[in-house]
Amino acid sequence: MKSFEFFEPTTLAEASRLFAAEHAQLLAGGTDLVIGMKALTETPQSVISLQKIPGLTGITTEADNSISIGATTKVREVELSADIQQHHTALAEGASEIGSIQIRNLATIGGNIAHASPAADTVAGLLVADAQVDIASTDGERTVPINELFTGPGQTVLTPGEIITRFRLPSPASGSHYIKHKIREVMDLAFIGVAAAVNLDNGTITDARIGLAAVAPTPIRATEAEELLKGNAPTPELLVQAGEAAAAASSPISDLRCSAEHRREMVDVLTKQTLQQALERASG
Amino acid sequence: MAKLPVSLTINGDEHDLLIEPRKTLLAVLRDTIGLTGTKEGCSTGDCGACTVIVDGKAVTSCMVLGVTASEKEITTIEGLASDGELHPVQQAFINTGGYQCGFCTPGFIMASKALIDENPNRTEEEFRHALGGNICRCTGYTKILEAVLKAAEEIRTTR
Repeated sequence: MKSFEFFEPTTLAEASRLFAAEHAQLLAGGTDLVIGMKALTETPQSVISLQKIPGLTGITTEADNSISIGATTKVREVELSADIQQHHTALAEGASEIGSIQIRNLATIGGNIAHASPAADTVAGLLVADAQVDIASTDGERTVPINELFTGPGQTVLTPGEIITRFRLPSPASGSHYIKHKIREVMDLAFIGVAAAVNLDNGTITDARIGLAAVAPTPIRATEAEELLKGNAPTPELLVQAGEAAAAASSPISDLRCSAEHRREMVDVLTKQTLQQALERASG
Repeated sequence: MAKLPVSLTINGDEHDLLIEPRKTLLAVLRDTIGLTGTKEGCSTGDCGACTVIVDGKAVTSCMVLGVTASEKEITTIEGLASDGELHPVQQAFINTGGYQCGFCTPGFIMASKALIDENPNRTEEEFRHALGGNICRCTGYTKILEAVLKAAEEIRTTR
């Protein structure tokens, strides 16, 4: 690991000022950054720890069941939160899929998102939760919807000095689910991640959201599949159409782990399965 | 680069040290303090050999910068035994033969201890899944799981 200067600011303003400098990196859980620094794929001149800044960690639930998750909240805490398990099941399930317990005790939800891997396990759950991402810098604050945060693999709309501070999840859907397509039970990266969240009213789907990870340069919503579902009863035929529409929305690559054709086919299959499970939860 | 002052509480003892920011907690434990029970396996967080307990949570110490562990409570394998008595998890690994070469054993024991502290009522399947971040290259994990289940049972009954 190359040497660097280490900072542990106690205010967001100071962290943002330091982070705006060239060759600066934020340190949250360190599970990506420290490994990258060892591999010399990351060679920052300054590393700015977020752990001494108050107010960046923890999960709070409001009276209307909207939930706020601080950016440096550990992924393990997201996984085990009773409120997130109940209201945003897909997000809790996604969090539980990251690495090992030892890694989830270090890794933060903000780091998982800011790293901008298209395969991040919390991202599909945040997409179907319609999460709002609060961002702070020395210029002030702004909020970006999660589906507008990513611009490419490892790329976001964040400008130098901007720091994700929290994720706000509006009122929840009644049922959601996340499926990670993988080989190993734990410690694996997603070939594909699919999340679905639905609302049911008297047998009619009133709202549907589908989030896809690892099948495009950024995580995406399958909006055409969502539109097919809304206003209709969840028949097997409709789910088949939704699966096909989600597969059509994907633009996967072939790599060492599997082919683009396999990925696209599995988006179809897994979208149906994820929707079925979410619908079951919504009607239960 | 300048060394920074840190204060680490390791197995109950306070250590005031000057360390380089790029040193991992694992390197500080092994090279600076001389506690070599914690092992370096893959060094990328994949194998769990470097597992220690920080503020009650099992973590892979190869992914932690030592400077960020300042003012935290760290327990390593050397801190488990007390008054000459092995911890029940350690004793169970011995009794069942839950090791061969022993390199992964400290990591397995620390991960298992944290799991049992959190919830000793896990099923075999749940322990198996929860220990997925620890890799042993000698055995088939059967004896390791047996040891963890025995330790959990003992801790349940003596609590």
